[in-house]
Amino acid sequence: MKDNTQGVPLPIGEGLGERPAGVDIKAFLDADEQKSLLRLLTAGSVDDGKSTLIGRLLFDSKKLYEDQLTALERDSRRVGNAGAGQIDYALLLDGLKAEREEGITIDVAYRYFSTNQRKFIIADTPGHEQYTRNMITGGSTANLAIILVDARTGVITQTRRHTFLVSLLGINHIVLAVNKMDLVAFSEEVFTKIRDEYLALTSQLGIEDVTCFPLSALEGDNVVDRSERTPWYEGPSLLDFLETVPIHRDRNMQDFRYPVQYVLRPNLDFRGFSGKIASGIIRRGDEVVALPSMKRSRIKSIVTYEGELEEAFCPQCVTLTLEDEIDISRGEMIVRPDNVPHIGRSFETMLVWMDEEPMDRGKQFFLKHNTNTTRATIDSLQYRVDVNTMERLEGRDFRLNEIGCVRITTAKTLFFDAYTKNKATGAFILIDPITNNTSAVGMIVRPLEMEDINQADVPTLDLPYLGIGKEHYEAIDRAVKELSQQGLEIKVIK
Amino acid sequence: MKEYSLTHLQELEAESIHIIREVAAEFENPVMLYSIGKDSSVMVRLAEKAFAPGKVPFPLMHIDSKWKFREMIEFRDAYAKKYGWNLIVESNMEAFNAGVGPFTHGSKVHTDLMKTKALLDALNKYKFDAAFGGARRDEEKSRAKERIFSFRDQFNQWDPKNQRPELWDIYNSRVHKGESIRVFPLSNWTELDVWQYIRLEKIPIVPLYFAKERPCVEIDGNLIMADDDRLPKELVPKIHPRMVRFRTLGCWPLTGAVESNATTIEEIVEEMMTTTKSERTTRVIDFDQEASMEQKKREGYF
Repeated sequence: MKDNTQGVPLPIGEGLGERPAGVDIKAFLDADEQKSLLRLLTAGSVDDGKSTLIGRLLFDSKKLYEDQLTALERDSRRVGNAGAGQIDYALLLDGLKAEREEGITIDVAYRYFSTNQRKFIIADTPGHEQYTRNMITGGSTANLAIILVDARTGVITQTRRHTFLVSLLGINHIVLAVNKMDLVAFSEEVFTKIRDEYLALTSQLGIEDVTCFPLSALEGDNVVDRSERTPWYEGPSLLDFLETVPIHRDRNMQDFRYPVQYVLRPNLDFRGFSGKIASGIIRRGDEVVALPSMKRSRIKSIVTYEGELEEAFCPQCVTLTLEDEIDISRGEMIVRPDNVPHIGRSFETMLVWMDEEPMDRGKQFFLKHNTNTTRATIDSLQYRVDVNTMERLEGRDFRLNEIGCVRITTAKTLFFDAYTKNKATGAFILIDPITNNTSAVGMIVRPLEMEDINQADVPTLDLPYLGIGKEHYEAIDRAVKELSQQGLEIKVIK
Repeated sequence: MKEYSLTHLQELEAESIHIIREVAAEFENPVMLYSIGKDSSVMVRLAEKAFAPGKVPFPLMHIDSKWKFREMIEFRDAYAKKYGWNLIVESNMEAFNAGVGPFTHGSKVHTDLMKTKALLDALNKYKFDAAFGGARRDEEKSRAKERIFSFRDQFNQWDPKNQRPELWDIYNSRVHKGESIRVFPLSNWTELDVWQYIRLEKIPIVPLYFAKERPCVEIDGNLIMADDDRLPKELVPKIHPRMVRFRTLGCWPLTGAVESNATTIEEIVEEMMTTTKSERTTRVIDFDQEASMEQKKREGYF
């Protein structure tokens, strides 16, 4: 007989709880549609009870469907590690067949649940050293990270590593979940010692917002409801905290950055520049400048499917039209004249190596930054970081999961900010030109030289001047696009 | 001071529109796969939003298994016409003419030939280098781990252990000739998000989602609606009218109805909020083999 370790698929549901009596259905739904979204990362090893904690959050907030529960109970009996008669919440989360067999989560898995306050997206990542890559992947969009420690062992090497990665990713809020408090008799002394040690670590890394919780995920203490077994603890339950932690101020609303993603020309009268506002706010009538041409204009309209807007802010997707006819292509950027990003081809950056194949400095990579793709080389290695001790090591070519500081030069001019100031314009990926794999990801630290952007000499192809007929435009566009992806820019005049 | 923040639906919408535009900008020949279901309806509206006031620069493609509910096909044609979509419809006619169907060949053979093979043949025929799908990560566990830009080799296979890292909103769209990317703009939406969005945006959906008295027959615990005269004769006397609606739509013999009185979108959303069953319990295809969805995905099915 085949061993059905996968069983019935177990998606995580999100029943919401019932509408309170006397509340009109439309009003109830209107309110429910106004919830905010919190993306969170969980980090910890299998032994810390991470999957149990997430399973418990879903289970106790009644977000599991009947068929999921039945399958969970059946799977717990069959392959669970929780002991006889116990539900193994971890089984809820370990998705793929191969992983079930190995007993570990091997990649990032996303979980969804919502309460009356918020919708949550959990990026669940494994804690093993070889999987730094996955934690970085799962954490790149997170507003908040939950770092688990076992109350019996406290802050360990792995905790330091996770915390370092969280600080590297610039995640604003950290929750330290001191789990398995039941195994230390809910001792305040144990909790306080771990908390103080951890706060010393985070202050060293410059992380400001850290909140610590004494938990037992297995028994449910302080997860959804406050526990009676920790009378000395006066804070909220973990879920209460997650529902209310303010996050809307985390986005950069100061520096308007608009990487043009797509040029919209439905007819001769309309030329719109579509994109996602990477940061900041824009209003109709605002003065803007296009990079790299440095041509100035004003916002004529902010167009959406629903109609025109007076103002728009990050991360909205809109289409901007300008008062003046300026030629702007994908990969260029619209900003305010008094607030421009760094403009250049060379910068110092933190780099995380994500590829099985070690770094080869002789190689030319493709670098994708926002809507821009260009060729890039790694010029020099400044240092590597020991992720366990955070010490700087001598630079050599990076291997999988290694992190360090390098200098990079690109073929095309980029418009960027330091990652710590602006994640959206400070992040990039490096793509191997042969395997097309995403080999590394980077967080820009600082520019290395300021280029005179007026000197950027882009070869120009004036099609009417050359007498090229319109029937060839499409083929030329294709060729130009292809060259652009190879890092060679050509300007086309039609 | 004014608070600049988006609701969860606005954030999801922005994320999806950004993904859709990115594909249009970076691929030569993308296509949007259209299943006519609620998720597809949302995805199609997001595409219309992404390029407004212009037209969407890629076609819609429906893989017709020839066993879809008739109301789905009517809806598909009317929607495409009304909103000016370039609609491609492809089927595995060879298998259809040979008489393949779920009643005679079982759900596995039917799905392999009329869905998976038909899809792969169509992708090869038009040489699409990117194909949008409306799958969501909350649907099923193997999907929970899949990237938004999901790489497929020249045989359309997904390798769950060798996925490209995907960070921030920077998507790696580079492929060699013959390889492709499946793109899932609704990855982070849940079933409830989809319904709330349909309500908020007044998105048209197939009437089968609303409860109505329909001729049903019980097969292996599933309530199957007799949609045409291909129901095996011995089952015909067992047909009874039942007040039902559908939570998912597919081939009519493989899609279970649920008993319901929800006739408005509000009632559907409320039903969703209090239901105790996940939506895939109504899909017969998930249960026909072990690890079935992961296996299907590896073979190239969504």
